[in-house]
Amino acid sequence: MGKNQQSRRAFIQSLGVLALGFSMSGTGCSRFKKEQADPSAPKIRTRELDMEEIDSWLVIREDGRVTIMTGKMELGQGITTAIAQVAAEELHMNMSLIDVHLAETGYTPDEGYTAGSRSIETSAMSVRRAAASAREYLLEMASQELSIPKIALTIEDGQIGGQGKSTTIYTLLNGKYFETKISSDAPLYANAERKIVGQSVARMDINSMVTGKSHFIHDLRFPAMVHARIVRPPAQAAKLTSVDTQAISKLPGLAKFIRVGSLVAVIAEDEYQAIKLAKAVSYFLAWDYQKALPANRSLMQYIRSLPADSKMDKKSEAWSDHTIANSPVRHRAAYFKPYIMHAANGPSCGIARYADGRLWVWTHSQGVYPLRGALADLVGLAEEHIHVKGVPGSGCYGHNGADDVAAEAALLAMEFPGRHVRLQWMREEENAWEPYGTAMVLEVEAGLDSQGRITGWKYDLWSDDHGVRPGGDADNLMPAWYIEKGHGKAKSGFRGGAIRNSEPYYSIPQLHLQSHIFRGPLRRSSLRGLGAYANVFAIESFMDELADKVSIDPIDFRIRHLNDERAIACLKQLAKQIKSIKKQNQQGIGIGFARYKNQAAYCAVAAHVRVDQQTNKVEVIKLWAAVDAGEVINPDGLKNQIEGGMVQSISWGLMEEVNFDDTQVTNLNWDSYPILRFQEAPAIHIDVIDHPHEVPLGAGEAAQGPATAALVNAVYQATGIRVRQLPVIKALQHSALRVKPLA
Amino acid sequence: MDWKSFYNYLTNFNTMEVEFKIRVNGVSRRIKADPETPMLYILRNNLTLNGPKFGCGLAQCGACMMLIDGVAVPSCTYPLQNVGQSEVTTLEGLSQEGGKLHPVQQSFFEEQAAQCGYCTNGLIMASVALLRRKSDPSETEIRAELQRNICRCGIHARAIRAVKKLSDR
Repeated sequence: MGKNQQSRRAFIQSLGVLALGFSMSGTGCSRFKKEQADPSAPKIRTRELDMEEIDSWLVIREDGRVTIMTGKMELGQGITTAIAQVAAEELHMNMSLIDVHLAETGYTPDEGYTAGSRSIETSAMSVRRAAASAREYLLEMASQELSIPKIALTIEDGQIGGQGKSTTIYTLLNGKYFETKISSDAPLYANAERKIVGQSVARMDINSMVTGKSHFIHDLRFPAMVHARIVRPPAQAAKLTSVDTQAISKLPGLAKFIRVGSLVAVIAEDEYQAIKLAKAVSYFLAWDYQKALPANRSLMQYIRSLPADSKMDKKSEAWSDHTIANSPVRHRAAYFKPYIMHAANGPSCGIARYADGRLWVWTHSQGVYPLRGALADLVGLAEEHIHVKGVPGSGCYGHNGADDVAAEAALLAMEFPGRHVRLQWMREEENAWEPYGTAMVLEVEAGLDSQGRITGWKYDLWSDDHGVRPGGDADNLMPAWYIEKGHGKAKSGFRGGAIRNSEPYYSIPQLHLQSHIFRGPLRRSSLRGLGAYANVFAIESFMDELADKVSIDPIDFRIRHLNDERAIACLKQLAKQIKSIKKQNQQGIGIGFARYKNQAAYCAVAAHVRVDQQTNKVEVIKLWAAVDAGEVINPDGLKNQIEGGMVQSISWGLMEEVNFDDTQVTNLNWDSYPILRFQEAPAIHIDVIDHPHEVPLGAGEAAQGPATAALVNAVYQATGIRVRQLPVIKALQHSALRVKPLA
Repeated sequence: MDWKSFYNYLTNFNTMEVEFKIRVNGVSRRIKADPETPMLYILRNNLTLNGPKFGCGLAQCGACMMLIDGVAVPSCTYPLQNVGQSEVTTLEGLSQEGGKLHPVQQSFFEEQAAQCGYCTNGLIMASVALLRRKSDPSETEIRAELQRNICRCGIHARAIRAVKKLSDR
């Protein structure tokens, strides 16, 4: 035993020296193949990844710690902590003994993208089952080893004991795999004891954040790492026509000038030098570019005028074209949501190294496996020669520049082999080149009967598609469009993103829902909530307009149209929260409700606003939310997500809009793309309705639609002005020119 | 600057490296660099500190804040040559001996005032500077102080609460 451990210890040390920040280095994990000749060559698990096996999710280390392998990424949503909580509960283990290994090709399960509020529903639940199965398996082993009935054994912090004897989980496994499938009937401690799950455990990573320990991809430093910057064309549709290579070659401190087709970059030893060089090089390039953007016209009208791929998403069997027309009360309205940025706090960053036919990439992408597939397509290497490791970045809120910058770093590393190449976008690159949340137009028409019940609902939405993620296809990586190697434009994305939450959660006897997908002027992909944000804004605005028409309280009006008790409970809780609030002059309270994707978390939001009649300045005084996310793993983590989602949503709704001239996007910094800051930040109160025995429901995007709906409904209550075209501040300024606000 | 003068400037910048002696987190450091290099790059790359983050390079977001003689300033536009004899403090320099957290760091941790954490550095540095200047800031003063900082995840209410807890008011 002693000898065995010693030889293993030597092995771990060699792992620690190698790999330069890659993977299990220094973490003492002993389950991986010994190094190949190249010390930094990707290591591969000796056992094939199989999502049904315990070993794919959980590794017992010889220092008694447990590493959870998740295919998801930490985006600031706190998934690392939630996953550790479910594992700790099932293993009966202090959370400080648990590490979480984030998505990395070849190591962690392929869980696709960390998106759609699905990580608790999928990854955390897989980890829970794997941990419970592992515990039962270890208890069986201990029972045999110690000749004690399983029932007499207890497990605590990796020690198993009973009747005066004990062993450890590592000793039992002795460095071997479980080689066992996850059992669906292993009992869950979460259902019985529930000591860690359901608690507001502090996030595991916030200590690093407040002390400045290395946490972000931006903090990775490798020996002899060089810095790169891209020199961007003046427009997205552009081709490099000439380069003054002679002048460029004289620039000092230039480690390499790289040109691949129309992709231009500089590499320097020093980061600030790279920044200056990129600026200098821009003076020596000539571009052929198009002034192709529809500037100076109404985007709402422009979108409606584009050719569209139309589809009937739902038509009730009972639908009749006359229902609305024959209803005693009829109403119709059109809403608009502009292009919105992810606008990450920290611009996108990627690091890559290419050597001996192998490529290593560090990225804050939401999906390391799909990115690897797209990179293989982009750089012409086999997937097994590409290793992609996920490292936390600045919060992304969807598909932003993360994949693109990783791909650019990879392309540059191939042109500059042997060294780690670090590329970080500048602020103006982040703002001008990320894929935005698309502009959308929503038209609703409905009829009401004499009791104030909706008879029929006709909904038409115009949207670009969402979710244009790399997904194994280089065409969806922005640099592919410039390297002139035959890659096409971005492929069609996810139509389902546009119609997310386009069906009201209310019971309405006759529905007629159509979507019209256009190809818009700007690059677009997935932004938190996708189409749900605009659809819920439209539906919930319209519900308020209908309630107003028949003079029914907006909460009552919604409850009358709901069959789901949990939805009703959220609205009733919200009503309780705001009951005693006294509205003063120029103030209003509005609400919004949705169940995200009509199948994830329920979220009802109220907003209390004050609108200054002279200046049209909107002050959001307070936001309330009542949330039902089924079983709650970490109540404070859930609140933090809802809170942040609401604040981000009212920032979008109040003031955010991507603008462009005929050539390029013009909001290149925080002055031209303002977002909500601390003086405008509302007070917040959130009530979580916990259902420990229901399945957990994704909540990270649940607040986006309801919060903006609550905001516009509150503005209406305060001013009598119905804002149907976001952003609110701009709409109020426009309406101030035309309409005199109500006294 | 037109491109010719810019080009001349660039062709000279290698010879423009100058050695500076600056004090960072209580330690005297020798730095040889272009005098115009923003402190952000000196702190992150020359001194391998992680606290200050690149957010915009335009002093609009506060992610890169450091303390210059106790005053929070964006390091992304603060040239090395302006530091002089000033005491530079980064997030790393706040923790006390034995790794004990500074009260502001502790308060941000207790309030779990972070999501992605990219803005955390700036918020803490700005709050430390505020509390140093005024031990009993009101909520209005706290908000005004943090107005220079961008947080995209929406932890505003938590950060305000974290600072308020430390106010003597």
